[in-house]
Order: sequence, then structure tokens, then C-alpha cells
Amino acid sequence: MSTKTILRAAALSAAVALTGSPAMAWEPTKTVEFIVPAGTGGGADQMARLIQGLVQKHNLMKQSMVVINKGGGAGAEGFLEVKGAKGDPHKIIITLSNLFTTPLATGVPFNWKDLTPVRMMALDQFVLWVNAETPYKTAKEYVAAAKAAGSGKFKMGGTGSKQEDQIITVALEKQTGAKFTYIPFKGGGAVNTQLVGKHVDSTVNNPIEAVANWRAGKVRPLCVFDNERLIYKEKIAGDMAWSDIPTCKEAGVDMDYLMLRGIFMAGGVTADQVKYYSDLLEKVRGLPEWKEFMEKGAFNQTTMVGDQYKNWVAKEEQRHMQLMKEAGFLAASK
Amino acid sequence: MAEIGLLFDGFGVALSPFNLMLMFIGVLLGVIIGVLPGLGGANGVAILLPLTFTMPPTSAIIMLSCIYWGALFGGAITSILFNIPGEPWSVATTFDGYPLAQQGRAGTALTAAFTSSFIGAFVAVLLITFLAPVVAGFALQFGPPEFFSVYLLTFCAFVGMSRGQALKTVVSMMVGFGLATVGLDTVTGQLRLTFGFTDLLKGFDFLIAVIGLFGIGEILLTLEEGLFFKGTRAKLSPRVVLETWKELPRYWITSLRSSAVGCFMGIVPGGATPASFMSYGVAKRFSQDGDKFGTGKVEGVVAPETAAHAAGTSALLPMLTLGVPGSPTAAVLLGGLLIWGLQPGPLLFVEQTEFVWGLIASMYLGNIAGLIVVLTCVPLFAAILRIPFAIIAPVILVICAIGAFTVHTSVADVYLMLVFGVAGYVLRKLDYPLAPLVLALVLGDRAEDSFRQSMLMSQGTMSIFFSNALVGGITTLALVLLFWPTIAALLKRARGG
Repeated sequence: MSTKTILRAAALSAAVALTGSPAMAWEPTKTVEFIVPAGTGGGADQMARLIQGLVQKHNLMKQSMVVINKGGGAGAEGFLEVKGAKGDPHKIIITLSNLFTTPLATGVPFNWKDLTPVRMMALDQFVLWVNAETPYKTAKEYVAAAKAAGSGKFKMGGTGSKQEDQIITVALEKQTGAKFTYIPFKGGGAVNTQLVGKHVDSTVNNPIEAVANWRAGKVRPLCVFDNERLIYKEKIAGDMAWSDIPTCKEAGVDMDYLMLRGIFMAGGVTADQVKYYSDLLEKVRGLPEWKEFMEKGAFNQTTMVGDQYKNWVAKEEQRHMQLMKEAGFLAASK
Repeated sequence: MAEIGLLFDGFGVALSPFNLMLMFIGVLLGVIIGVLPGLGGANGVAILLPLTFTMPPTSAIIMLSCIYWGALFGGAITSILFNIPGEPWSVATTFDGYPLAQQGRAGTALTAAFTSSFIGAFVAVLLITFLAPVVAGFALQFGPPEFFSVYLLTFCAFVGMSRGQALKTVVSMMVGFGLATVGLDTVTGQLRLTFGFTDLLKGFDFLIAVIGLFGIGEILLTLEEGLFFKGTRAKLSPRVVLETWKELPRYWITSLRSSAVGCFMGIVPGGATPASFMSYGVAKRFSQDGDKFGTGKVEGVVAPETAAHAAGTSALLPMLTLGVPGSPTAAVLLGGLLIWGLQPGPLLFVEQTEFVWGLIASMYLGNIAGLIVVLTCVPLFAAILRIPFAIIAPVILVICAIGAFTVHTSVADVYLMLVFGVAGYVLRKLDYPLAPLVLALVLGDRAEDSFRQSMLMSQGTMSIFFSNALVGGITTLALVLLFWPTIAALLKRARGG
């Protein structure tokens, strides 16, 4: 589905909601806590702090907003907090793929159904990167070299264990028959530096984590794990733009994976309250600063609200279940 | 030299009245943040980050980095006065700083700490100014085995020195390692030792342990000893600053060595906390008064503070040139850079000269501003010790509780802090050293991760720790430090015989 049709759908659902009772719209009555189920400095944290900063700078909300990091237990700490705050309209949470992976891999009792989906803000891309000094120009060449070297000889660096980076690695292995040694690190920035320092052979970093080293000619993108190429045509490194990176499908690896950057509330909140935040976030999405940020990080700017968003999340949960089952990552209790 | 010209342009940027004002505000805020345990530099900068979105990036980073300097300075204050480290990197400062305060020399200890911090930072800034491109490449040499060897070096530098109670040191350290394993394991992605308690998901935070073990433990001890501070005779004259300055040049070797340790650990990036421990351990080993460390030696304050500040400052270098934060605060600043539309990385120095050199110039000026602010306040801080214990103890208790709560905004952590407090009291009564426990809790996790990452890379062979000159050199150095007493004895015998 294209972004345009989604936008139209969003506008339509907003219009439908407006016909309710516009006079008595809900508004926060105290400080809103914006929970980040990850540490400071990471992708989710950056986005949350940008949203907070923009809301404040443009006076989009009368009450103030504070960002709180609760990243313990691969984000379980933050999710459990929001799950426990049933009916509290003054807590919102930004999610990444750990919304699915953490409960599946660790068995910590929470599920996205404990939360109320508000709005998908964007989807984060994954790109296969190698060190620029290596001879590999395409994903095909790289995979062939990994196969030729023998099982486990090539090292794939990634963020965390049994999370998105390793899921992609396993899927890549399944598709190609190559076998990597996956080495988990704590953050995406560190992973990319390990690639520049040649301590690992490849990574699946998000664009924003790797763009600086790409521009400096230290790393090379081989393919993007999406069904369509990126839309950003501005030249980044030499004569290459984000849009010049082939999809992995084009390169013969039929794998797509996008990471949700979406906002949720606690369960048991009213439709009015959801609509308030959904509208607020739509205003944020319209700001030039937001657009600039999207372009910098080469995000997929798909947005969704309401049932469409809910269905997307439900489908994504099934997909993670499937992917993690195949990889043998499910917790014993699942 | 092109750097000098660029640096002066940078001073031009940093010295505008608006930026100067931000600098002083930043330092003041930073000192306050540093004093409050729990509310670390990372949290402080993160909270204030959105405020800066309306400023030009250069002004914003000047203010935020000054908060960072302020926090580096401020962490020492409560370490020395109350034996409560305001920041993780100030733990080693308590070892000699607090005994000094108890002897009525709080002013001396504070002055030594602040001055050493300044010297450490200054050396690091010089390094950044002139050697940035060379040094930045060095950090790239560090993969998992190299990181493990650095952590090993930290442990060995610190452990090899404790004499007499070797067994108690080992027990204390093992407890620390045990606590460090609780929570999510990076390598397998599984929860460990949480026993189904959701409050244990995030593991034992080092800050909460420190606030409890040191802060609450100290209050309990003082209560037992009769409700008064031993440091009440503290001199309040501003002259104490000058007197201390006269004494400091004696420790120039320690300063130099600690600066080197700090810069190395900042660039690697190992961080300010291990740097301070390592530097303290090395200073104790090589000082003539090594045996008296821990009883209130000025040198024992100089070593960790110089290294912590040098590491904290040079940690900004890998952040700017590689996009790898050398400390939690640097990680938040990194997020800020991206939001302001700057891309940290190898090209930042080329494309954003005004920003980079403005920041570097502000490192010089911010540290000078910080030194002025904290030194003028030395008598004021020392005067806190004159307040009757019955009044100050509840205040400390409340601040500790708030601090423990702030770390994860969790009430459970406040109870945990109290448990650690009782544990700290008991351990000290039984003469178990707390420092090895703290060190193991801080580094245990990271050391374990890098060890297991190395084992994945080498498919289980230990020879990876000797696989190249760098990692082999650091590992060998670590082992030499660990067995130094034995080696020294052997050397002596060889020479004698």
C-alpha cells in the first residue's frame, strides 16, 4: 500500500472521528510520560526526544512531556510499566521490534494487546553493510564468499540477541545457505564501528547508524531488506544515493524486514484520548524538522492509525512468531 | 599549524556573550546534577536536551557539554564530604577523599580533586586539539578481545594491590560479579537470575548499589559511632586552596600517569569509571606512600580525579569522529547531534569546522569556568560539615532516596537501596572491602560480554587474547600487574643472588 492511500485512509478516519463530539475533546490534565523501552542514545530514544522537543518548541500541548527510559530486560521494564497503567491516559510509549521479540524470546508476560495502538510514526529500514575495503560489490558476491569460506567463518555483528538483527541474519542464512557467526553487541553505533575496524565482516545496521561511515567511504551498502527501494535520491556517498541501493530481493535474497517506530498508550483508554495523541503526532509529522529527520535516517515514512495500524501490528506479531520459531528463538514457555 | 588558527576561530565562537552565559549556566547545572547521586550526567543532559532544540547547534552543545564538565566536577563533592559518590567515576575518590575530610582536611581534598579534574581535562583537550585524527583511528583497533584485555587490565591493576585480606577482596569481588549477571544477558538474549521478579529484569544498577552501600551504610556507621561528623574542624578559609596548590606539584608524576590512563580509557572507549579505578590502583602500586593509600593521602584523590576527567573529556573524541559514545553522557549528546542535523563521523571535522572547533574551544573555557565556580565554593562545601549530623543525616537520606528513585523512576529501587545500605554496613563491620564489589558490578557485565563475544569470534580458543601486538600487549601487562608482588620478589632475589 502506498503512503498516499494510507494518508488518505488516515484523513478519512480522522474526519469520521471528528464528527463525534468536537466540543468536548479530551486533553491531558497533567504531565505526560513518554516511555522509551530502550536505553538513552539509541534510535527509539532519539525519536522520542525529537518528538518531545518538537511538541515543546511548537507549543503543541499545554501540559509538558517528559521522556523516561525504561530499557531493562530488553524493554520489558517499559512495556510492563505501561501494561500496569491500565486506563492511564498520561503515559505513551514508543516501540521498536522488541514489542514482539522480547516477550517471545524471554517469556516475560506482556503482549501488544495489553496496549492501545495510537499511530505508526515510521518504519526503520535495515541494510546489509560490508567494510568498504572488501571487494564485495553485491549481496550475491558477498554471500558466495561467505559460503566459500565455510560455515561460521564470516562474522555478522548485530544489536542484541534474538532480536531484529539476529532474526534477519538467520533469515538470510535460511535463504542463501551461507552460515555466519553472529556476534551480539549492545548498540547499533558500536556495531558499525566494529565493521569499520574489521572486527566483523558485515552488519545489518539501520541507515542512521551507518550513514556517517558510508559518507566517509568506510562502509558499503549491499542491499536493503525491503520490497521497494528507498525513495531518497539525494547523493550521500560519491554518486550513490539511498535510492541506488538495490533491494535484497533484486539481489536474489527474498527477505524484507522493517522495524516499527510507533506510539502506543496503555490499555483501557477512551477513543477521545487516543485521538488526542494521534492528532498531536500527526502535527509533529507535518513539521519540517521531522521531515528532515526522516530524510537523514532514510526512514520509510508510512503512517497508520486505528484498525489499520492494529491489523498491521497483529500481522507483524504473527510474522515474528514464525520467524523466531524457525530460528529456534522462542522461549520455552511459548 | 592549521589547528591553532581553527582553535582561535573556535574561541571567537565560544566567547560570544550568549555562549559564555550558557557556559556558566551549564557548569552550575552540571555541578548540581553531579552532587545529587542518581541524577547522573547522562540523565541531566537527556532531560535538558529538548530545551536546546531552539538554539543553534554550537550553542546547544556548548551548554550541554558544560553540564557534563560540571557533573564531572560535582561528583567529587559528596564523595569527599559524606563518602557518597555523586557519580560512578567518583567512587575511587572516596577512598582517600573521605578520610581526608574526616581529618578536617575537606577543603584540601576538594581543592585537590577539582584541580586534578581540571588538569586531566586540560591534557585531554590538548590531545583532542592536536591529535584528533590520529587518535580517532586508534579506537577502531578495538574489537571484543581488545576490550576484554582492557577490562582485565582494570581488574588486575586494582586487585594486585590489595594485600593482607586477599580472600575477603576475592569474596567481595565475586559478590559483585554475581550481582552483575542478574538481568538480561546480551549474548543469549535470555533473562538470568531474576526468579520471576519483574523488578529484577533490569538487573542491579550500579548507582543504586553505590548509593546504598556507601551512602546509607555510612549513615548507619555514623549513627552507631555517636551522631557526629569527624570533619567538623574543617578549615573554612579560602586560603586552603592556595595551600593545597603548593602541595600539588609534588604529585606531578601521578598527574601525568593518571592523565595518560584517562585519555587512553576515554579514547578506547572504556569510560571514566574504569579509568578512575585503574588510575587509583596504578598510583597505589607505584607511589612511595602506596601502603598509606586509603588513609587520607592527597595523591589518592589526585589519581582517580585526574583520570576520570581526562577520560570523560577524551570520550567525546570517539563520539565526534566515529559516532561511538565513550560514556553514557556522550551517548545522549550523540543523539542530540543527530537531532540538530549534524552527522557525527569521520567527516564532521571537515564539514562542520565551526561547530567542532567551537566545541573544542568551549572545552577549554568550560573547564576554566568550572574550576572557578567549584573552587570559589570550596569553603561553602566544607562548611556543610559543620551542620549537626542530626539535621544533615535525614537530608542525605532523602537525597539518596530521590537519587535511587531517579535512576529508573522506580520505587522498588528505593527499597533496594536500603537493602544495599544494610549490606554495606554489615560488610564494613566484617572488614570486607566494598570497592572490589563495586568495580565488579560496574565492569562485570561488560567484561563478560566482551569475553564471550571474543569466544564466539575465536570459536572458543583463548589464544585470541594474544592474537596481535595490541591485545597481547595489554593482556601481558594485566598479568604482570596481577602478579607484581611475586614478580617483584623474584626480581629482588635474582638481584640479591
